[in-house]
Amino acid sequence: MIELRNVSKTYPNGTKGLDQINLKIEPGEFVAIVGLSGAGKSTLLRSMNRLHDISEGDILIDGKSITQAAGKPLRLIRRNIGMIFQSFNLVKRSSVLRNVLAGRVGYHSTLRTLFGRFPEADVELAFQALERVNIVEKAYARADQLSGGQQQRVAIARVLAQEAKIILADEPVASLDPLTTKQVMDDLKRINVELGITTIVNLHFIDLARSYATRIIGLRAGQVVFDGPVSEATDERFAEIYGRAIDREELLASRLPGPQVLEAQA
Amino acid sequence: MTTNATTWRHKVQKPKKNRYRWLIYVLLLLLYIWAFAGIPFDGIKETAGQITKSILSGLFSPDWNYVYLPDGEDLLRGLLETLTISILGTFVSTLVCLPFAFWAAANRGKSRFVSGSGKMLLSFVRTFPEIVMALLFIKAVGPNAFAGVLALGLHSVGMLGKLFADEIENMDHGPTEALIAAGANRLQILWYAVLPQVLPGFLSYTLYRFEINLRSATILGVIGAGGIGTPLIFALSSRDWDRVGIILLGIIVMITLVDWISGYLRKKLV
Amino acid sequence: MNTNPRANTKTTNTDATNTDATNSKAHTGTNIYTRADASASTSANHNASINTNANTNARLSTNLSGQVGLNRSRPPAPGKLKHYLTAAIILLLLWGSAVDTDASLSKLIQGSPNMLDLLREMFPPKWSYFDNIVPAMLETIRMALIGTTFGAILAVPVALLCASNLSRSAWIYQPVRFLLNLVRTIPDLLLAAIFVAIFGLGPLPGMMALTVFSFGLIAKLTYEALETIDRGPLEAMTSVGATSVQRIAFGVVPQIQAHFISYVLYTFEINVRAAAVLGLVGAGGIGHYYEVTLGFLEYDKTCMIILFTLAVVLLIDYVSTKLREKML
Repeated sequence: MIELRNVSKTYPNGTKGLDQINLKIEPGEFVAIVGLSGAGKSTLLRSMNRLHDISEGDILIDGKSITQAAGKPLRLIRRNIGMIFQSFNLVKRSSVLRNVLAGRVGYHSTLRTLFGRFPEADVELAFQALERVNIVEKAYARADQLSGGQQQRVAIARVLAQEAKIILADEPVASLDPLTTKQVMDDLKRINVELGITTIVNLHFIDLARSYATRIIGLRAGQVVFDGPVSEATDERFAEIYGRAIDREELLASRLPGPQVLEAQA
Repeated sequence: MTTNATTWRHKVQKPKKNRYRWLIYVLLLLLYIWAFAGIPFDGIKETAGQITKSILSGLFSPDWNYVYLPDGEDLLRGLLETLTISILGTFVSTLVCLPFAFWAAANRGKSRFVSGSGKMLLSFVRTFPEIVMALLFIKAVGPNAFAGVLALGLHSVGMLGKLFADEIENMDHGPTEALIAAGANRLQILWYAVLPQVLPGFLSYTLYRFEINLRSATILGVIGAGGIGTPLIFALSSRDWDRVGIILLGIIVMITLVDWISGYLRKKLV
Repeated sequence: MNTNPRANTKTTNTDATNTDATNSKAHTGTNIYTRADASASTSANHNASINTNANTNARLSTNLSGQVGLNRSRPPAPGKLKHYLTAAIILLLLWGSAVDTDASLSKLIQGSPNMLDLLREMFPPKWSYFDNIVPAMLETIRMALIGTTFGAILAVPVALLCASNLSRSAWIYQPVRFLLNLVRTIPDLLLAAIFVAIFGLGPLPGMMALTVFSFGLIAKLTYEALETIDRGPLEAMTSVGATSVQRIAFGVVPQIQAHFISYVLYTFEINVRAAAVLGLVGAGGIGHYYEVTLGFLEYDKTCMIILFTLAVVLLIDYVSTKLREKML
């Protein structure tokens, strides 16, 4: 369970990134965080595993404060929180398998990981993670030989191998085309349903948020302005979040070719 | 037509040239006058043409016997020593420069003072000519190839450290972030996110520096720090032009070959 | 602020997950696999065919099968022989080099007291020696300046001949390049030693050595820069009927001149450093005084020379770098 208590973040230049945020996210939820760019989506997500520090308040992961933790305890908390990035953040020159195994380093002693001697079970786990995202045949390819969508699936496999209980995905599909977007979101959803991993996703496209999430959180200027199930997230409520009517730009559908084109391709 | 010309002249003004431009030209001119006035052009030795001819003919009719002598001190052994001095010197400098490179790299979350001081130190080392370093090391370990190794090893740290630091600075920080998020500690981040990214660049720069070091190693013998330079300077002072020819030929062939191999490897690394 | 009204809907599901996840250390490998298998039986449809239906949730069940299980063969691990071989070759080279150069740490450690003695004798430097070496230092700078200038002038036509986009045919630029590379193999100090043998002691052979060296370096840098210039202006000049000299004057020179000046300054920096040691082989400049002072074991004077050279080199580097930054 993730609990945010009165979380605020003020940047050195005085702007408020997050403003008095209180949230409780239960295990197994699929939460989409929506809002305009600059609303604080990324800051919120990154403060949950403390890639960003907050200025006030507290964040509890399964009852333990991540804002107070440091050193090994902090690393142990982070080990349970997987993160997926907009730019994939793979080591491009390393093999896919090595990138996935990098998710396991938190489980082993430094010395063992430096020699690259992962136990058989870890390698097996990495392969299963790759199978789950349907990319196992690329295991020994270099990461930079893969397409964007494939790279993001490797990043998901890394999180799976990490055996995280929570997945934070920061705009995971923002640099992908509409079709690979769907594959990646399907993967995330499947993992959420099958493994019960709590998933929190920052999304720009509100139709994606509606079709995948169970709960939507709307941010505006660092404040939570909407928090509820998908059924309550009507167009009118979105208009409130965005402070204006929904733009076509905010719909993934606007980027997809029409249905007849796809039928022709199939 | 003339009226046309005058009308546009009112609209567009010719931009004014930098008014100090002429000053720069005058300064340059004075600089050159000073430079040329100071060099004594008091005639060239009459023997110059003859010696040039001898060296050239030495190049084309080299002393092939010198290539291999059974009792040592021959061309092949001299070239081999030159090669080994530069291999080992490059290796030493790569090892030594690694910590300095990480010190000098201006990464996020590091004060400018720290990286600035590291860069200062590296450029200080760089200005020390290797031949002067060799003179100092000869005092320590005697006039032999090892002094050459140490001199090259230390001098190269300046340039390699700077290049390595640049490589670290230009690295993609995404993987580092991903490793932090996965709960890795500092060493694991270094091993899994930093090194895989910078290693090809490091290797390529090391090979590049090796090419430079090989050239430097050919002259270390001039002051007695091993390699092919010693027999060359002896041959020059004893006016044994055929031997000078074969040594020069040997140096040119060796450096060209090594450049080819190193260039091929560097292309493969990228 | 507000807790989610639907928060508890999934608790039964997730409790099981949590216990599983905490146990994961015990049976790391099987965790994902076993649970995946339970749900893998739903469908045999592997291909995530593109669904035209906008409603993704509806399609989720077909995707759930997720190609999990061992129905897809894993690729074989690539051989590691190449890596082992490379490592072996490198180790062999290093070991051989250490044997050949008779290098050992113990020698270094044994010798380090000598080094320390030497350093101790070097300090404090003999400041009064400064007056003796100023003329030699000026001569060093003169040599570097003249050598760089002549080298740069000679480099221009050769660089134009070497550039594959300006030269007429490979029959011209390939041989010229080959000769240029040959010239570049000989280090400056070696050139100086040869020129001293030819022309006798003094700054003249040093200048000539620096000229040849600068020529090689500037010609190489320039022709590489020439090959990256924009072809557009060249074509424009051809289309207005320019001669080849006009083409170069209007299409090439404006594109390359800033680079060229920057390379010349860079070469000048290198030449000042090189000129400072050319005296070791009798080619003029301050390097001569290294031999003199070291020969008489006057290390405090040597130290003064080193410091003076460092100061001058750093100053020239600084000025030249600033100028180059302005240029580009």
